[in-house]
Amino acid sequence: MLLRHTPKGIIEREALVINPAKTCQPIGAMYAALGIKNCLPHSHGSQGCCAYHRSMLTRHFKEPVMAATSAFTEGSSVFGGQANLIEAIGNIFTVYDPDVIAVHTTCLSETIGDDVNQISAKAHESGKVPAGKHVIFTNTPSYVGSHVTGFSNMLKKTVELVSEATAEKKNKTVNIIPGFVEPSDMQEIKRLTSLMGIKTIMFPDTSGVLNGPMTGKFKMYPNGGTSIEDIKKMGDSQLTVALGTFASGAAAKSLDTKCKVPCEILELPIGIQATDRFIDTLRIKTGMNVPEEITNERGQLLDVMSDMHQYTYGRRVALAGDPDQLVSLTEFLVSLDMIPVYVITGTPGKKFPAKIEAITKGLNEKIYAKNPSDLFLLHQLIKNEKVDLMIGNTHLKYIARDEDIPYIRYGFPIIDRVGHQYFPSVGYKGGLRLLEKILEAIMNRIDRDAPEESFELVM
Amino acid sequence: MSETTNNSLPDAAEVKKALLKKYPVKVARKREKQIVLNKCNGECDGNIQVPEIQANARTIPGIISMRGCAYAGCKGVVLGPTRDILHIVHGPIGCSYYAWLTRRNQTRPTSPEDPNYMTYCFSTDMQEEDIIYGGEKKLKKAIEEALAIFKPKALDIFATCPVGLIGDDVHAVAREAEKNHPDVNIFGFSCEGYKGVSQSAGHHIANNKVFTDVVGLNDKAKEGKFKINLLGEYNIGGDAFEIERIFEACGMKLHSTFSGNSTYDEFTSAHTADLNLVMCHRSINYLADMMETKYGIPWFKVNFIGAESTAKSLRKICEYFEDAELTKRTEEFIAKEMEAVSKEVAKYRPRCEGKLAMLFVGGSRAHHYQDLFKELGMEVISAGYEFAHRDDYEGRHVIPTIKVDSDSRNIEEIEVEKDPTRYSQRLSDERKKELEAKGLKMGYYEGMMPDMKENSLVIDDLNHHEAEVLIEKYKPSIFGAGVKEKYVIQKSGIPLKQIHSYDYSGPYAGFIGAINFYKEIDRMVNATPWKLIKAPWQAEPQLAATYAWE
Repeated sequence: MLLRHTPKGIIEREALVINPAKTCQPIGAMYAALGIKNCLPHSHGSQGCCAYHRSMLTRHFKEPVMAATSAFTEGSSVFGGQANLIEAIGNIFTVYDPDVIAVHTTCLSETIGDDVNQISAKAHESGKVPAGKHVIFTNTPSYVGSHVTGFSNMLKKTVELVSEATAEKKNKTVNIIPGFVEPSDMQEIKRLTSLMGIKTIMFPDTSGVLNGPMTGKFKMYPNGGTSIEDIKKMGDSQLTVALGTFASGAAAKSLDTKCKVPCEILELPIGIQATDRFIDTLRIKTGMNVPEEITNERGQLLDVMSDMHQYTYGRRVALAGDPDQLVSLTEFLVSLDMIPVYVITGTPGKKFPAKIEAITKGLNEKIYAKNPSDLFLLHQLIKNEKVDLMIGNTHLKYIARDEDIPYIRYGFPIIDRVGHQYFPSVGYKGGLRLLEKILEAIMNRIDRDAPEESFELVM
Repeated sequence: MSETTNNSLPDAAEVKKALLKKYPVKVARKREKQIVLNKCNGECDGNIQVPEIQANARTIPGIISMRGCAYAGCKGVVLGPTRDILHIVHGPIGCSYYAWLTRRNQTRPTSPEDPNYMTYCFSTDMQEEDIIYGGEKKLKKAIEEALAIFKPKALDIFATCPVGLIGDDVHAVAREAEKNHPDVNIFGFSCEGYKGVSQSAGHHIANNKVFTDVVGLNDKAKEGKFKINLLGEYNIGGDAFEIERIFEACGMKLHSTFSGNSTYDEFTSAHTADLNLVMCHRSINYLADMMETKYGIPWFKVNFIGAESTAKSLRKICEYFEDAELTKRTEEFIAKEMEAVSKEVAKYRPRCEGKLAMLFVGGSRAHHYQDLFKELGMEVISAGYEFAHRDDYEGRHVIPTIKVDSDSRNIEEIEVEKDPTRYSQRLSDERKKELEAKGLKMGYYEGMMPDMKENSLVIDDLNHHEAEVLIEKYKPSIFGAGVKEKYVIQKSGIPLKQIHSYDYSGPYAGFIGAINFYKEIDRMVNATPWKLIKAPWQAEPQLAATYAWE
């Protein structure tokens, strides 16, 4: 057994996290910054942080992930990292020539109390920032929240620093904050808004950055990402639609506060109902019609949901991942008459269990959705009462193999398969892809386990 | 990108200029010393003299380096592969999370009950209040919880950046916990990420503590003749399994591996072995030296990467033991294995010969893997280490001349003395002289540069910008580095072989490993997808048809 020491008996733990269902803030900030055009993310801390985050993002996307570091030594840890950051800014603009450097902090620089705001000002004063270039920064202490918090903090601080309301009258533009989702998802959301004829600014936008083509030529800054000009213009948009309360809510609220751009904070459009709300909000808020094409896609998803209902009905599912994804996914599973029995995230936040509870209230089942939690506990829960399917990141493959449970990869990180970069899971088309995966897992298991006499040709 | 062969190489001095051209003055001045045109300056006292290279120097802020931190070197590299020591990482969640199973150190428990914690990730997940009020209380509790659930025989604690800064004392916590649990060996590592200039500091910290707190605790030796500890072999992709297969076939006994496929008990009794062999010199040479001083176990450098190098290393071992039966069995085994290897070389060499490779990895691998490429007739035109010291480049004889800077000074050097009861000199001074006269240098590593061609570029701590310039100038057929570099290089149309993780394949050590590697390199340098980069309309953009505009 791979996880041979996981006992069935659950002992309450207060201090020890085993097999986490989260990682730390800076990686989220790095991912968010990669969604800015011509931007080099910068990790203000010891070089190991940057190496680890780049490695993990690289494994997940199978794409170049460029980022720099302040490379703290013991000396800088004692005397402060100002000199390192200023030197780094100068070197980066000279050698790598980005339009933007997006600095995030680490537990190291936060613990010693480096003030990145002041250091950035100092870098400007000392002429390290060429005209027309930008340094943005955020605080991402690794000992608060999770990678989702880091993503949220990078977005929030960026709009606070960059976005501006320049005119009384707002533009006919909708800001979309897509959440901590895949480049494929961002592309799919843009496809849907463009089908509706809505002009949008999406921030961040990693499509084209982390699912780029093989051309035989490496581009340090691929064709993708939200330009600083567009982020600035977000202050003049008439509406912000934020997808995912945990990842996107804070930035949307900041835009409202700073630039008076009203916002709608929705759940991620995963599954039929969450996508319905996304599309309908856009329709109501912009007055644009929903084109036949979108309604048709919805119908196709619903068609498969109803046609294959016998295979989803009543199946018990264990989920692990990030809160925004889990909330919508839980709702999608409930709409398939599946039972999401354990819903685990390492990300803290009181809203999460309340949301899951609200979605699963009608099921008359005991649902476990406390947070923060970890995969060790999830495994123990499964040992106590089995599930028919698990959905989560690559780390779940160890539990799936030990317990022989069908499993589909979903969320972050997926470091042992491809597809997530290219095929969305948001929108109706994304829902169809998720449903196909769910059915594939369940029906493969039925085929594998069926006695010969009931091995079905047609299903 | 069309490939360069070694007939049309650019001038290395010009390439060096191009590498430095874009840098600010201060950066250029520093990098200038870390980029060296290789040259053999003859011999002195039996040591080959090569130019001095600056290594183990600070990473330049803002320059995109390949390097990681001291914690990665300590937990990730040295201790991580041991399956039955429970590793608790004291810090925010990320440090433990990223070192969770990502290095592919294979391990093979001997029974279903045999402890194996490698699939688990343990963290104190420090929160803001722990940073403000101190995290020792939480760490103590975490240790108690881990002991209650897992009941390990040994538990270690790794300090991450904030731990050192807020003054949590992992060693005091370890001592106290051990008082309450005298049956469990509990010890800590002060391997905060900011220590030193790279992973290398972490290796040293790991070596020290394993030496003081683990090795020598158990005098029960393993059965068998020619008992060998293999140091600096981490069993990535199963390399140590292949080496163990070879040892067994030759009649040698692998006592302990530091640390691939290792167990706590093998560490504690490692001082009973007859000989230490060093694979990865950078990460483990401290332990080899200290064990020699304290227990009298001599060591020499080996390389089991490459079929010829494997045979050579085996012959060194035979020469050391001077046993006719061992030599006979080993020679017979080498002959048998080399027969299979030659067949494969004959198949793959013509498909790879003359192509260029580059290797930028580790503290030994950039050297070791050159042998495999040589066996394929490929030339490593440029190479360098990520976190090595001068001795890994130039040879250990330069150690006394290395200036200790402020970053290294903070890493403890342990004063080691002969163990009053356990010391036994395995190798007499006379015999040592004899062996050295025959060319078997004890306690020595000759470094990478004497093995490289004149004028090849040796580059320490290669960064992203330099990698881009190098591939543009040399257009190599393959580039060996790590995961962060992989897709950067591959987007340029050049395959990158991961030399840390082996791209999730292997083993590459020993004879079977060599064959695996030949096949893999053939697959990569001749892969079909790389030949399809241009769409037909990009290759031939001229249009003759009229549909579009009529």
